Amino acid sequence: MSAGGLEQLCAAREIVVTCGSGGVGKTTTAAALGAMAASQLGGKVLVLTVDPARRLATALGLERFGNVETQVPPALFAEAGVEARGELWAAMLDTKQSWDDLVRAHAPDAATRDAILANPLYRNITAKFVQSHDYIAMERLHEIHRSGRYDLIVVDTPPTRNAIDFLEAPERMADFFSSRLLRWLITPYRSRLVNAASKPFYTMADRILGSQFLADIAEFFVLFQTMYDGFVERAQAVSRTIADRRTSFVVVSTLEDAPVREAEFFMQALVDRELHLGALVLNKVLPAWFADPAAAEVAGRLVRDADEVAGALTHVPLPVAGEAASGASGHLEPLGERAQVGRVLREIGQSFDDYRIVATREREQAAVLARHPELVVSVPHLDHDVCDLPGLVDLGRALW
Amino acid sequence: MSPDLDLLERRLLFVTGKGGVGKTSVAAALALLAAGRGQRTLLVEIDARGAIADVLESGPTAFDPREVAPRLWAMSMDTEESLREYLKLQLRVPMLARIGPLARSLDFVATAAPGVKEILTVGKIAWEVRERHYDLVVVDASATGHVVGQLAAPEAINELVQVGRVREQTRWMLDLLSDPMVTGTVVVATPEEMPVTETLELVDRLEVETRVPLAAVVVNKVLPELFGRGEQEVFDRLCTPARRHQLASVVAGPVDPVIDGADLAVRLRRSRAEHITRLRTELPRDLPLLYVPYLFTRAHGMRTTRSLAEALGAELGY
Repeated sequence: MSAGGLEQLCAAREIVVTCGSGGVGKTTTAAALGAMAASQLGGKVLVLTVDPARRLATALGLERFGNVETQVPPALFAEAGVEARGELWAAMLDTKQSWDDLVRAHAPDAATRDAILANPLYRNITAKFVQSHDYIAMERLHEIHRSGRYDLIVVDTPPTRNAIDFLEAPERMADFFSSRLLRWLITPYRSRLVNAASKPFYTMADRILGSQFLADIAEFFVLFQTMYDGFVERAQAVSRTIADRRTSFVVVSTLEDAPVREAEFFMQALVDRELHLGALVLNKVLPAWFADPAAAEVAGRLVRDADEVAGALTHVPLPVAGEAASGASGHLEPLGERAQVGRVLREIGQSFDDYRIVATREREQAAVLARHPELVVSVPHLDHDVCDLPGLVDLGRALW
Repeated sequence: MSPDLDLLERRLLFVTGKGGVGKTSVAAALALLAAGRGQRTLLVEIDARGAIADVLESGPTAFDPREVAPRLWAMSMDTEESLREYLKLQLRVPMLARIGPLARSLDFVATAAPGVKEILTVGKIAWEVRERHYDLVVVDASATGHVVGQLAAPEAINELVQVGRVREQTRWMLDLLSDPMVTGTVVVATPEEMPVTETLELVDRLEVETRVPLAAVVVNKVLPELFGRGEQEVFDRLCTPARRHQLASVVAGPVDPVIDGADLAVRLRRSRAEHITRLRTELPRDLPLLYVPYLFTRAHGMRTTRSLAEALGAELGY
């Protein structure tokens, strides 16, 4: 396999975002890039995972890490036989905690802060609902980037469709806070005067949701309104960070049908938004020799003529004590019963045929995907899952 | 935990799992299997990505269910349509026009009151079940990261909204969703490190954070065992340079790719077996595990889905 080529990208950018559908090795790729950048390029590197599932900790050998950025123990690099020139840090996004921090930082006064934190709607938004995750992830990324604490931040995103939500989250947040509809909603709560135009809406909303709930909603937004300017400004700043030249996206995919389609969709979305598509990483790619026609011929022969081949392999006079061995294979340990050898040969040929079908399909998929980005990196099918630092470094080398 | 009940005898199945494990294929295969056994079945796609159209080769699916195979209907969820239907059927809201373009209103309400999209999704599904329009509703639900929020939505809304129409609605939804004779979650996993870890976490979270009962775990893409008793030793001897050389001269062609390929297959199978063991030992004992083989096929489509349905049927003892 050729040298990867992501070194250049990691050296030149400040934010690298890995994206792709679930199960393609996105998180592992992000962690491997982080590990390589920290050890090879030096400096301070942060791997930030925004995926709700807690996987990165395992891969980085950290028992558990949360919202707080934690350094991966340098001793771990030494154990992996790698001399680390820089530092590797990791953080996982805790949505609830991040929202609370944001409110604490931006509330105009203690009373508003406490009222927001105690509002039932706020508590539910931050703890239970998915959409708030996307925005807060971007917000956090922006915050960390702006702090200048790291030379490189590698961000792992939720699966593709959500990654689009993720991209659009700041805009949506800004739109929302500046929308007329929001003001419209808040008005009656403030003035207790419902004007004629909005009356049908409130009548219906009251019937469906009950007025207490509406009051909770209104209170929530009245409170949030106090942070309005800050929010819109920040949401716009977050958008700018993502579109900045210092940010690049790495799309990760396996060569199975569904992930390939998602990868195509996502690459197109990046192009449409004029965001920087840095590279495509093809993961778990089967070895190229599965596509070798001469080997396929051999496999076919093994399936068809297994017993005949087994006969030829086993029909060798065994060396008898005191006698000179005859033929090149005379010293070989006996292979086995002819019938058993036949079964093994047939199985080998059949297995090759099975995998060849998959490998052929994969090659076609790879060709389709490779039309989009400037840089395509293939990573072989590893027979063990990457779940520790040495594994990440091995994977990282293939990407580098 | 799951009662001693046949998987397809329930009336509502949520199929979930980590991305990439074959969640959609398994959901479609279960639906196909049920329909083949005579049940009127509805298959619901939650994330409208057209994945169902691919695995069933059915052409695009829409909010209105369409019969795509005998006794099998397919639809894709659309929260705006769901709201429209809800307002029309449940509330008999007159003059929809007066609340303006529904899409904009929905976006606004959904953003203002989080969980609205989730409840419109789960609500529509629960309603189909309650009205007994079908014998079985199979849902290709969201992936592990998001499914808990979706399934917990009725409860969350129930806590938030203390009075009004919606509260009444969420109450019957909760009754239906928490009844183990009616509803079950099927978690799909592949025998790999992360999918297994996420499956174990998800099973815990579903039990703690939702009232939706677990029905089964499907272990997908199980690789075949290449060699039987004593055969692995024969293969190991074949892998030696001398035997490779001998085999190459007998078949007159390159044998290394073929032998290395089998070796890779053996190693992949072996590493996966460990993860199956982990699933078996760490999942609740009474949770059924269904094993489905990896299918070496050219492309995904109806043929593959049928094979998958057959394999699931065999596991369920049909």
